[in-house]
Amino acid sequence: MLPNIDYSEMPRALQHLMLREQSDAEVATFSRRQFLKLAGSVGLTLGAFPHLASAQTNAADPASSSLKPTQQPLAFVHIAASGEVTVTINRLDFGQGVLTALPMILAEELDADWGLVRSQHGSNDPAYVDPMFGIHLTGGSNSVKNSFVQYRELGARARAMLLGAAAARWKVDVSALHTQAGMVLGPDGRKASYGELAEAAMAQPVPDTVVLKDAKDFRIIGHPTTRLDARVKSSGQQVFGIDVQLPGQLTAVVAHPPVFGARLASVDDSAALAIKGVKAVLRIPVDRGGEGVAVVAEGYWPAKQGRDVLKLAWSTAAVEKVDSERMLTQYRELAARPGPRRFDADMAPLASAPHRLEAEFVFPYLAHAPMEPLNCTVRLADGLAELWVGTQCPGLDGAAAARVLGLKPEQVKMHVQMTGGGFGRRFVSTSDYVLEACEIAKAARAVGLNVPVRLLWSREDDIKGGYYRPMHLHRAHIGFDAQGNVLAWDHVIVGQSITAGSVFEQFQVKNGIDGTATEGMRDPYPLPMRLTVHHPKLNVPVLWWRSVGSTHTAYVMETLLDDIARATQQDPVAYRMRLFGDRHPRHRAALQLAVDKSGYGKKNLPSGQAWGVAVHESFDSVVAYVVEASVQQGSPVLHRVTAGVHCNLVVNPRTVEAQVQGAALMGLSMCLPGAAITLKDGVVEQSNFGDFMVPRITDMPLFEVHVVPSAEPPTGMGEPGLPPLAPAFANAIARLTGKSLRQLPFDTRLSGS
Amino acid sequence: MITLNVNGKDVQVDVAPDTPLLWVLRDTLQLGGTKYGCGTAVCGACTVHLDGEAIRSCITPVSTVHGKKVSTIEATTDGSDPVGAAVHAAWVKHDVVQCGYCQSGQIMSATAFLKSLPRGKQPSATEIDSAMAGNICRCGTYVRIRAAVADAAQTLA
Repeated sequence: MLPNIDYSEMPRALQHLMLREQSDAEVATFSRRQFLKLAGSVGLTLGAFPHLASAQTNAADPASSSLKPTQQPLAFVHIAASGEVTVTINRLDFGQGVLTALPMILAEELDADWGLVRSQHGSNDPAYVDPMFGIHLTGGSNSVKNSFVQYRELGARARAMLLGAAAARWKVDVSALHTQAGMVLGPDGRKASYGELAEAAMAQPVPDTVVLKDAKDFRIIGHPTTRLDARVKSSGQQVFGIDVQLPGQLTAVVAHPPVFGARLASVDDSAALAIKGVKAVLRIPVDRGGEGVAVVAEGYWPAKQGRDVLKLAWSTAAVEKVDSERMLTQYRELAARPGPRRFDADMAPLASAPHRLEAEFVFPYLAHAPMEPLNCTVRLADGLAELWVGTQCPGLDGAAAARVLGLKPEQVKMHVQMTGGGFGRRFVSTSDYVLEACEIAKAARAVGLNVPVRLLWSREDDIKGGYYRPMHLHRAHIGFDAQGNVLAWDHVIVGQSITAGSVFEQFQVKNGIDGTATEGMRDPYPLPMRLTVHHPKLNVPVLWWRSVGSTHTAYVMETLLDDIARATQQDPVAYRMRLFGDRHPRHRAALQLAVDKSGYGKKNLPSGQAWGVAVHESFDSVVAYVVEASVQQGSPVLHRVTAGVHCNLVVNPRTVEAQVQGAALMGLSMCLPGAAITLKDGVVEQSNFGDFMVPRITDMPLFEVHVVPSAEPPTGMGEPGLPPLAPAFANAIARLTGKSLRQLPFDTRLSGS
Repeated sequence: MITLNVNGKDVQVDVAPDTPLLWVLRDTLQLGGTKYGCGTAVCGACTVHLDGEAIRSCITPVSTVHGKKVSTIEATTDGSDPVGAAVHAAWVKHDVVQCGYCQSGQIMSATAFLKSLPRGKQPSATEIDSAMAGNICRCGTYVRIRAAVADAAQTLA
């Protein structure tokens, strides 16, 4: 969820921010002998003491290796004496399947027995930073893309160490050995399992360089593989962050300000304190300079009951009270003004163009609404804090927690938890709910409650609690000729910047324009576009939402191009292919695959149904949809989707299929009734799934996913399935009604058939 | 003290009578497989069986389940319930889960639905959709849920 980052800048600046107080003192106090004893006791691993991975360089001669912590196999792979291989992932798995995909990549080069491979989450240890960004980050559909080579090399290094151990045991040259499914095989039929060799392999040097397999020899990568967590997640056995149970743990529920940033005028907690199980009522600072009241109790229910009977008076005079309707008027006024330009082109041809099209689009705020409500469990001790939380950015959150708790970053241990969805909400530059949990734990300790505290947001807290995909207004004025050639395209975007005021502003905002708001505009189409951008500042917290800027830019681009094709009586596929020319073979291939598999142009649709097409690149992958839709009782209905995907080499085809279907459903969610967050007098009007609605199984179309074969290094797949779904759906509906849908969610009072 | 029967065992809990069954299961009995999603019976994550019928435990006061049998995901998928076992196996075979958070509720709804069918009856696609429409999955696993429910029904035929 963090596209277009300057790789060379990011690590330096963010490491400066997050690691400025970090020392190596703790690492240095461990002697190598202590370390080996600790690590050796659990087999080939550093997983039990992962922060030591940064000190572990070369087992034979620590000073001789130039390898980084992210390249040290011992921080990532543990082989037990039983042969069970546990792979630690440097990401959060919140559904996208990296707890399976990354182990597949490592196991491939390790030549592991897949049946013995397990996986686990990492922590905020330096070993688990993104090898490209240099920070702990799950976002931007980068997990497989950025760690593909890393995990291959980790597996190859671990394999080399196992081979070294076998060579030493049998007193033969390594060249006489090979590996197969968790075994080292030697001359004269000798063999040893990885489990048998694991401890000895620990003492082997970590090779600086390794030779990776040829892709044609892959036996795990590219093969449809059931998720490693399929079984536990299908039996109620999976422990999520919300399920963490520590001895003595209490639960906190917070009364948040009704308007973002509001403070308390008065608190009457007498009724709350009278509830059985309520242990404390704590006034705490919350996000955006606001205040809140935390009710800490033995379990969620007494805490919530206590929260509900608090008598609170809020002081909202000092905070801006946003009103969505008023905002839209302001956005329209802004759109008419000059502003900074992302692209420029000669607009003179507009006046004389044979055909002209003027369009305005409105996109509402959207909540992420992951199924697992936000939560974070904090345990404090002298000079140490431990946090159990499903976070996309354990380094950022850990450093923020350290600041609030008066600790050094290395005194905060982040236990990354399995997480029930996120879609961007668990990567917030302010660490909002993590800091809220820390403030509660700190305040609880101050009143003598020296126990772990779990902060748990209710669904209402989640829907009303901010960090939304921003509301956007787009305006386009396009001139084109009878062949659909665009002569001039004047475009304006108005919407809050999601990075302004955050640590990411310096990377994303250039010339007053947030790159995350304009990604997906114009390219890859060769269009003479002038793009003006306005970023109003408003008291509504905003954030990336699965596929970020492409949630609105893809919609605008792909529906407007369809409008031009329709106005000039051109087939929408042929029109796009002409624009792609031969410069965009991946776009062509993805679209052609979707066309071929769908039967587009060949199959006759039932009466009342129409085809819709859209294609979009995001996070370096291209997804094309060909859809079949109709209008029923005034409402658009999506019947069938055929996807053509180009994400280069596929690690796990089952996961790619699932990610496309899941992202598409989230794209569909933008279209359906109830998909809007609105504010009145500063207060969010929606509160739960009853009024912020998300799709149900009855909304899910029939769905096929087809992938263009490729051996190129993999590109992102968590997000790219989202952007083209809504415009493909809209284009089908426009073909039925003759009217373009330019407001989301879609109108449900359509005429036409 | 309130006595209730959970997964075949009588247990006594010392909670306020209006406490939703969900929080008794999760916070008092440490049965974490049943999930909190909305608290208002609109998402289905908290689905359990009460005398074999799928109910939303988040709005069911614990005092109302006295004398009835509560079954949760833990018992439904532990192998002792043939329908639950078939559903569990189908969920794994079809690799249904993504984040997995809603799946306990999905499986409980699917199991109750299949148990409600006349023996050997294969549900139509529409019947599966309407049986599962009360359970939200934000990850979008619906295509595989459909396939898994149909597959489990075939296994049980």
